[in-house]
Amino acid sequence: MTVWLNEKKIRCEAGTTLFQLRDRHKPEADIIIANGFPASEDRPLEEGDRVVLICRGETPSETELEALMSARHTPGVHSKVRNATIAIAGVGGLGSAVAIALARIGVGHLIIADFDVVEPSNLNRQQYFVDQIGLPKVLALNDNLRRINPYVRVTTFNGRLTAANIPEFFAEADVVVEAFDAADQKAMLTETVLMKLSGKPLVAASGLAGHGPSNTVVTRRAAGRLYMVGDGETAAGPGQGLMAPRVGIAAHHQANAVLRLLLGEEPQ
Amino acid sequence: MTITFNGKPKPLQAGTSVTSLLDELDLDPSRVAVEINRDIVPRERFDDTTFSDGDQIEVVQFVGGG
Repeated sequence: MTVWLNEKKIRCEAGTTLFQLRDRHKPEADIIIANGFPASEDRPLEEGDRVVLICRGETPSETELEALMSARHTPGVHSKVRNATIAIAGVGGLGSAVAIALARIGVGHLIIADFDVVEPSNLNRQQYFVDQIGLPKVLALNDNLRRINPYVRVTTFNGRLTAANIPEFFAEADVVVEAFDAADQKAMLTETVLMKLSGKPLVAASGLAGHGPSNTVVTRRAAGRLYMVGDGETAAGPGQGLMAPRVGIAAHHQANAVLRLLLGEEPQ
Repeated sequence: MTITFNGKPKPLQAGTSVTSLLDELDLDPSRVAVEINRDIVPRERFDDTTFSDGDQIEVVQFVGGG
């Protein structure tokens, strides 16, 4: 009989029970998930059952996590994502959410850059915790990414990106994500990437403040290899603050555009 | 002469510079990225870069927030 144990196909004798399977392969496991549901009582296994054995608080090994992701995403998709390097310029509301989405899908290498520290006012939308106030954002985000997937390689730059240092810091990237706050910095990064990092796609964002309708946030190709996310006009300002829902929508448009580019698909 | 501006035809006086086009459109030069025929125009060249008939111009404007 063939069953799946922790996403790997194994053979076992007919009549083997869930608990016997656990005792044989992972006696220390606290939790048995059988076909997606926690199993508290023993029962005989059936052909094709999917069983996951878990110890509470245990971090899966890199190989185990790889196998899980590969099974979920399909091996072709997983290897493209795993071999990718993505640079994220600014890790505020947009950049921290983009980084988390990309780490969750197992992007192999993230380059994150920001000069700022976590402030209380950031917590309404940025992916930090109250006990991280005062920490440099790139260090706090690195910790958070590590808790999501410790096998994603993260390169941090705690400083200000300029037209002079962007080409060097982002040289390795397959795709660059513009996630700055200030409009002139967005324009500077766009100019620099399109001019000095030839061939690299850039996924930028503009117009995501406030609580306007979700569906006005779009992804569009604005020029050769420049993709723009947002409604194009809603600037942050008094009465039009940046809030988690709409910033999150834009950030996930950006993350999905990155994923589509990695898979050779047109983001628009 | 006629250029293509963000995908649409636009009549323009010969000799118009990037700076004067941005001025006409009321766009802040520090908040835009400009491509002519798929080549980016560096900010410091906005004053002395002029358009030619048939140019394909893309102007992307950024607003703050992130």
